[in-house]
Amino acid sequence: MKTNLKFRRVAAIGAGMTPFRRRMLETPQEMAWEASRKALDEAGLELRDIDCVVIGSAPDAFDGVHMKGEYLAHGAGGVMRPSSRVYVGGATGVMTAIAGWYHVASGMCKKVLAVAEEKMSPGRPHPQAVFRYIWDPITEKPLNPNLIWIFAMEMHRYMFVNKVSKEEIALVSVKNKRNAASNPYAQLGGEITVDDVLRSEVLVWPVQLLDVSPVSDGAAAMVFVDGDIARRYTDTPIWVEGVGWTLDNTSWPNRELAYPRYLENAARMAYRMAGIERPQKEIDVVEPYDPFDYKELHHLEGLMLAKRGEAPLLLKEGFFDKDGDIPSSPSGGLLGVGNPIAAAGLMKVISIYWQLKGTAGKMQVKRSVHTGVAQAWGDLMQASTVIVMRN
Amino acid sequence: MVHPLKEEELKEHVTISYKPQAKYSYTAGQALSTFLRGLREGKILGRKCPRCGRIYVPPRMYCEDCFYPTSQWVEVKDEGVVMTAVASFISWTRDRLEEPEIVGTIRLFPSSPRDYVYPGLFHRICCSYDDVKDMRIMGKTVRARWRPAEKRTGSIDDIECFEVV
Repeated sequence: MKTNLKFRRVAAIGAGMTPFRRRMLETPQEMAWEASRKALDEAGLELRDIDCVVIGSAPDAFDGVHMKGEYLAHGAGGVMRPSSRVYVGGATGVMTAIAGWYHVASGMCKKVLAVAEEKMSPGRPHPQAVFRYIWDPITEKPLNPNLIWIFAMEMHRYMFVNKVSKEEIALVSVKNKRNAASNPYAQLGGEITVDDVLRSEVLVWPVQLLDVSPVSDGAAAMVFVDGDIARRYTDTPIWVEGVGWTLDNTSWPNRELAYPRYLENAARMAYRMAGIERPQKEIDVVEPYDPFDYKELHHLEGLMLAKRGEAPLLLKEGFFDKDGDIPSSPSGGLLGVGNPIAAAGLMKVISIYWQLKGTAGKMQVKRSVHTGVAQAWGDLMQASTVIVMRN
Repeated sequence: MVHPLKEEELKEHVTISYKPQAKYSYTAGQALSTFLRGLREGKILGRKCPRCGRIYVPPRMYCEDCFYPTSQWVEVKDEGVVMTAVASFISWTRDRLEEPEIVGTIRLFPSSPRDYVYPGLFHRICCSYDDVKDMRIMGKTVRARWRPAEKRTGSIDDIECFEVV
């Protein structure tokens, strides 16, 4: 794909989010409002300054309200202006930022508010049952699958092909929950050990309770503006330099699961746009999508920050620690901060934005950072979205 | 923001419950109807793309790469290799299961280990939890255990499970 397009430069100038918690007392709209208001405040803008609004939210069935884009519109500042909702499963969060980018890059809007929200906890008795309607109704649903099954399948395939042990994978959970301890928005930060992960409840072998991110509610929002006017509002705009996204097919039983080819495709698209030729040398900080601990390793390989099968080795050596060569998930990721699907993806972009701006507080990584990458992933192991930002 | 509720605290508050009748009559479509009829006869049928030669199981009427109609029904073997297998201790509603349910994906023959995409099925695998736990089942050749012909209904359930040859 050619990406030598002519487009306007786009800068992120504000971000805000709610804490991620289970069974929040606010409605989805109230959460979207809180995140949007914080993002506008950080950007120094009022709603009347915003030209267009982008809303991102995953399946309607989680919040239990259909047309979630329209439902969230007033809380997200979308009333009486061009508003649209994007949805690519778990990859929605980063896609919300990408959609914000192309609204500005195309020259159509000067200032865009991008809002992502998800309330997972209303589903009774457990949001897991909502996933019943994502399967092929003829060939898959009669077997009563749940979503953890298929990710367990991908994890086991990854372990089998690359000869990775459960202990090596558990280190991701340990790292991310530790990082989350310094994140004020986090739901599940803390010090755990590899043993805690291996002793937790077996859900679907090889997936255990502490291998998985929690059920959460939350919202996140960002403000993107045209590069020409960014410095009116801030001295430190963060530039969106590359975007990429790819959708593979839903036929996951007919594909090799050990390596995400769709992610490599999306990453190559974003890197080419940003002029990145050697990802491992040029990227300083990364937020790969980590709803499960093995996913972070899987994605680091797909992002070409580690060779196939080598991410566990680099992790063990501390390469991806907060004080390592390429800090990975310095926010604590979905495992630590929580996983309100779309909001969690945008939280990843916000984390990179704060890192590059130098306002990440206790989350700030040790090394100096210039280039950051955030990534999300979703649907039936088929969608990936990648964004590259620089300061 | 107010502190969120605990699960048991939900019972102390007014809740309005409503159970939607979300029931559907899905159509199996052109390709899957023939596939299901094939299952009733104990055959696994696929469609072959005349341009790239890729065989689709479950079948499709078009090739997603060439974007061209698939032209030919082919019967693949009811035998294949276990690509991955898992043991589930939770049901689709996330209730606890005492006995694990073992499922996985099977790459059906003819295909080669080098293929990124292949004819394959997601199905139950008849083996023990230990076979899954120490990965003995991975890469094993398995064959479909069909239900008796008179009990087949033309559904993916006509195969009871896949078992090691």
